[in-house]
Amino acid sequence: MASGPREKFDNPTIEWIDSRLPIFTMLNKEYGVFPTPKNFNYFWNFGAIAMFMLITMIVSGIILAMSYTAHVDYAFDSVERIMRDVNSGWLIRYIHMNGASFFFIAVFIHMFRSLYYGSYKQPREILWILGVVIFLLMMATAFMGYVLPWGQMSYWGATVITNLFSAIPFVGESIVTLLWGGFSVDNPTLNRFFALHYLMPFLICAVVFLHVWALHVTGSNNPAGIEPKTKKDTLPFHPYYTMKDTFGLLVFITIYAFFVFYAPDYLGHPDNYIPADPLVTPAHIVPEWYFLPFYAMLRAITFDIGIPFTDITIISAKLGGVITMFGSIALLFVLPWLDTHPIRSARYRPLFKTFLLIFVVNFVFLGYVGSQGADAMVGPIPLSLLGLLATGYYYGFFLAILPWLSKFEKGRDLPPSIHESVLD
Amino acid sequence: MKKTILSLMALGLIIGFAPSSFAAGDAPHAPHQHWHFDGITGQFDKAAMQRGLKVYREVCSACHSLKRVAYRNLVDLGYTEDQVKNIAVEYTVTDGPNEDGEMFDRPARPSDKFVSPYPNDKAAKALNNGALPPDLSLITKARHNGPNYLYAILTGYGEPEHGVELMEGQHWNKYMPGHVIAMAAPLSDGIVAYEDGTPETVSQYSKDVTNFLVWAADPYLETRKRTGIAVLIFLIVFSGVMYGVKKKIWKDIH
Repeated sequence: MASGPREKFDNPTIEWIDSRLPIFTMLNKEYGVFPTPKNFNYFWNFGAIAMFMLITMIVSGIILAMSYTAHVDYAFDSVERIMRDVNSGWLIRYIHMNGASFFFIAVFIHMFRSLYYGSYKQPREILWILGVVIFLLMMATAFMGYVLPWGQMSYWGATVITNLFSAIPFVGESIVTLLWGGFSVDNPTLNRFFALHYLMPFLICAVVFLHVWALHVTGSNNPAGIEPKTKKDTLPFHPYYTMKDTFGLLVFITIYAFFVFYAPDYLGHPDNYIPADPLVTPAHIVPEWYFLPFYAMLRAITFDIGIPFTDITIISAKLGGVITMFGSIALLFVLPWLDTHPIRSARYRPLFKTFLLIFVVNFVFLGYVGSQGADAMVGPIPLSLLGLLATGYYYGFFLAILPWLSKFEKGRDLPPSIHESVLD
Repeated sequence: MKKTILSLMALGLIIGFAPSSFAAGDAPHAPHQHWHFDGITGQFDKAAMQRGLKVYREVCSACHSLKRVAYRNLVDLGYTEDQVKNIAVEYTVTDGPNEDGEMFDRPARPSDKFVSPYPNDKAAKALNNGALPPDLSLITKARHNGPNYLYAILTGYGEPEHGVELMEGQHWNKYMPGHVIAMAAPLSDGIVAYEDGTPETVSQYSKDVTNFLVWAADPYLETRKRTGIAVLIFLIVFSGVMYGVKKKIWKDIH
């Protein structure tokens, strides 16, 4: 932190505080004059937007928790009470419910930005890894939050996802019992999910702090993917990026507000307005939209993997699916070592750019596969087969295409400096 | 600017496939009806809701509860507090225990929730061939395309398609997933008397009761849409101002 030599402030009160705790010096250094590449495009808004969403979720969530009852007999009713009888309860809940979706939208775009411009590359590997940790924590938090209203999709989603852990050899069953706090999804499950759902956002805050710290050590990447060399390449963070971020954030909030006020249930599932019933299984159990690509990879493995010509199964279809799903995120952790190409930005790597855009389309397609029933068909082709192929591309992109491109893609000439890249 | 459009497109893609997660079943999509509450400026049609309440009370409430709505909420339909009291007293609720430890019956008060037709779900099932008539408080939110679906179900009864065998207690409905529904056609022309000269047809009853039940599921719809307009205008103007600020500050940079 800023504990080195500092400049005096004119305001005596600020000076009095700053000479004892140099918080104003620190803020000025990190957010006032902080040298920031001058060539950011609007993709660089999404970090600030994600931060805004995190705060929105925590504030609205704490208010909701004041009126929520974590008990299987009262949870659904307490949410309906918030919607009907608590002053502005409907607004707070719709902000929170849609906020989860918009938090994920912001983070997905933020991650895409990182991929496209190679922001995970040396020296920003730890910055990237901390981001993946945040993403994992977000997924866990969102999953547990979706269980809390105790509607049909809450209950059955919780049942399906917690059951996945039973595929782990030897300890799987014990893990599931631990998650459930019993022998089925029931009151203890709801209670511990509520406790953890309240805890995890604060863990996310802690990791976000590390993430931002790491960012301020290495400085931001930029669309050219080259480091700033002179003062001509950078601008002070304030007012240039504070104002640009505020504008981008407001556009984002406008879209978010449109959903909150005019399509509050559009991104949810109608079944979650039916109270949970352990005796009635919904026709299709689907997770929230932001999990669909991962859900598709989970369901892509429909066959046991064993020793050929024998009956011996090494990996059951279920375990295979679980490994495939978690592996898809585990891959992100090692991404900086899979893509070792010296050029960061896709702007100067036409091949990488093409494969990456295919990757994005493929990821969206996986989301579509995840949203459909397990026996859906596309003409004569089972959709699950296409899901398997799409999963193959997801893995192939990281494990084959990126290492191969790292070796063989020539790339285009990099501009000599950031300010010269802006001119052309 | 190109990048902004790109990111908006990405957003559109992400949002675009959300509705496909809804199970289509094998029933035809419920056709869209014109609703007074539709759209950004949509408001409730109070006359239709009052008629819908009458349909609910005289027909639906024989089997379906509405347990999340209180009589006091009916002021939203345009009734005075006295009118609401008069509606409430027509129902009997079991209260207690009193000072002697006895449960007792009393007329309902505006603060009571709508009285359910059956004491519990088991009783409801026992009297309905094992089928549970769902509570209607959230029915338009708990079905995809809720208002249109509800209208379509209520008007979708007919003779079974050729070759379809119905069992005892089953009925054919064009819009029910699987086309088999346990509820017999609840409405018929003239079954509920309207005092305001509105046609007493199944289609009109279905529209009115849908108006009423959309309100029951989403009582803050009007407030939400009104607030939304103010919020969006504020945000759009503020975004515009910030765009100007950003442009001015960045003027000499590019």
